[in-house]
Amino acid sequence: MNAIPDHRHLKEIARQVRLDIVEMLFRAGSGHLGGSLSAADILVALFFGEMRAKAGDPCWIDRDRFILSKGHGAPAYYAILARLGYFPREELDTLRQFGSILQGHPDSGCTPGVEIPTGSLGQGLSIANGLALAVRLNGHGSRIYALLGDGEVQEGQIWEAAMTAAHYGLDNLVAILDRNRLQIDGHTAEVMSIEPIADKWKAFGWHTLEVDGHDIPQLLAAFTACKAVKGRPSMIIAHTVKGKGVSIFEGQKKYHGTAPNPEEYQQALKELGG
Amino acid sequence: MSAKESTRVEYGKTLAQLGAENPQIVVLDADLSGSTQTHHFAKIFHDRFFNVGIAEQDLMGTAAGLALGGKIPFASTFAMFATGRAWEQIRQTIAYGNLNVKIVASHGGITVGEDGGSHQAVEDLALMRILPNLVVLVPADGPETRAMTRWAAAYPGPVYMRTGRMALPLIYDDNYVFELGRGSLLREGGDVTLMGIGIMVQACLDAAALLAQDGIEARVANFGCLKPLDWELVVDSARRTGAMVTAEEHMVTGGLGSAVSEILAEHCPAPLKRIGLRDTFGMSGKPDDLLKHYGLTANDIKQAALKVIARKANHQVSPVMNLKAPGLAWR
Repeated sequence: MNAIPDHRHLKEIARQVRLDIVEMLFRAGSGHLGGSLSAADILVALFFGEMRAKAGDPCWIDRDRFILSKGHGAPAYYAILARLGYFPREELDTLRQFGSILQGHPDSGCTPGVEIPTGSLGQGLSIANGLALAVRLNGHGSRIYALLGDGEVQEGQIWEAAMTAAHYGLDNLVAILDRNRLQIDGHTAEVMSIEPIADKWKAFGWHTLEVDGHDIPQLLAAFTACKAVKGRPSMIIAHTVKGKGVSIFEGQKKYHGTAPNPEEYQQALKELGG
Repeated sequence: MSAKESTRVEYGKTLAQLGAENPQIVVLDADLSGSTQTHHFAKIFHDRFFNVGIAEQDLMGTAAGLALGGKIPFASTFAMFATGRAWEQIRQTIAYGNLNVKIVASHGGITVGEDGGSHQAVEDLALMRILPNLVVLVPADGPETRAMTRWAAAYPGPVYMRTGRMALPLIYDDNYVFELGRGSLLREGGDVTLMGIGIMVQACLDAAALLAQDGIEARVANFGCLKPLDWELVVDSARRTGAMVTAEEHMVTGGLGSAVSEILAEHCPAPLKRIGLRDTFGMSGKPDDLLKHYGLTANDIKQAALKVIARKANHQVSPVMNLKAPGLAWR
């Protein structure tokens, strides 16, 4: 969006997005807290520092495209879309409620700015591939971004899609892995180990890099680096902390899909400066 | 019987023609392009053909992405794998997202033959009919295949079409016009209605000829548009003939037999028999032997017709309460 992203400004946006996430989930009484907070910096860097899109014209043909393959990160996505002006911020108060434009998982039929329904894991990368092929056929310069969860790559379809992207040399595609190391039942290492994850993507033919997923300059540099890659798709493994930003949520599997209680909410507001 | 055409071959040839007419059409396959007949398109439009390998889930997702990017994707593989392996991809992305994806699946039904039960999709119509937004089509011959393929390319929404392996006799000519949500009446008769889909439409016509030899006049209708189903034609047929038979190369549950049962039960109860597979998988064999084994021949339809006609005599016809069809409000 911005010509020259101001890192400090983006960091401040990320803080506000985290506050929005905590508010939304507290109000809704349910939702996926941990994975929304872990992805907040990635999404802020992407939407405010990298992607070309117009909130006033969500169907702008030349826009860069984003697929939230880890659809349960919807609260973070919604907070960002609202902040960009895709819909009024008051809508955030209606998350998960009857009649809301903000469904529990992203639904393109309800929410301006959302490209496609997601939430059933493992499917977003194939969709991103299809978009990347379409954009290439159309001769457009748009870039395609997809955010995957680390537990999500346990789905077999991810690896089907990994082969397809490399086979067709989709260099307009960047996948980002939110490597927060936790899934509903516990640590990914215990539930179903995904390591050596970087080597896997490399072996599948992807340009693969690793960054601190909470370091906005690193994320922005990675997006830039991916643009120089020709003939291969890019995977950015973003090392993150689940529940990042609020000490009591960090690294706790309990908060994968749990909303904060009133005490936790107060604590979160204090830590996030709300 | 003169010329015969296979629905999968006519699909493949029509697709290649459409490729020349509309540059937005793209085709995907999962390593079965020779069988599904998408190879006709692939040969001419190499840059618009995407083989994703043996990966049906990825096939549907990639097709969805292409639709999202403004293309008109036709995704083909065997009916078993398209609807079974990738059901959730179709449900979550293509149907839920109401995307402009055409899933054209070949090798539907038991006439796949020798490959056996693992490759004979006898549940695909049930799996697709349950999905909101999706149109479900089963052509009965070559001309209907060509008409439906062209219609699907022009229709801005998700479509599932089942094609088959066998060459089929021609029922229509190229003046045939396909209409969404409309059945097609092939023969008029007042004693019983035979409702067919796919290869069973010709079997219904043959059964009607057999019945005519016994002085019984059968109404025959093709319900090639399984969803949305022609509600009015079902109710009208039940009112006029009072005895109904459905015939499909599919389980009797979930497909045409179920759809007609639902309409009759709700709006116009009438004696009904359903021809199709009953709670069983297929097996290897010559198509004709399999059709006989599973009771899918013209004679089976005739016997079913005689039974429903006999039941009609004892049947208390209930008044038809509301003849206003819901039309296409299903979307």
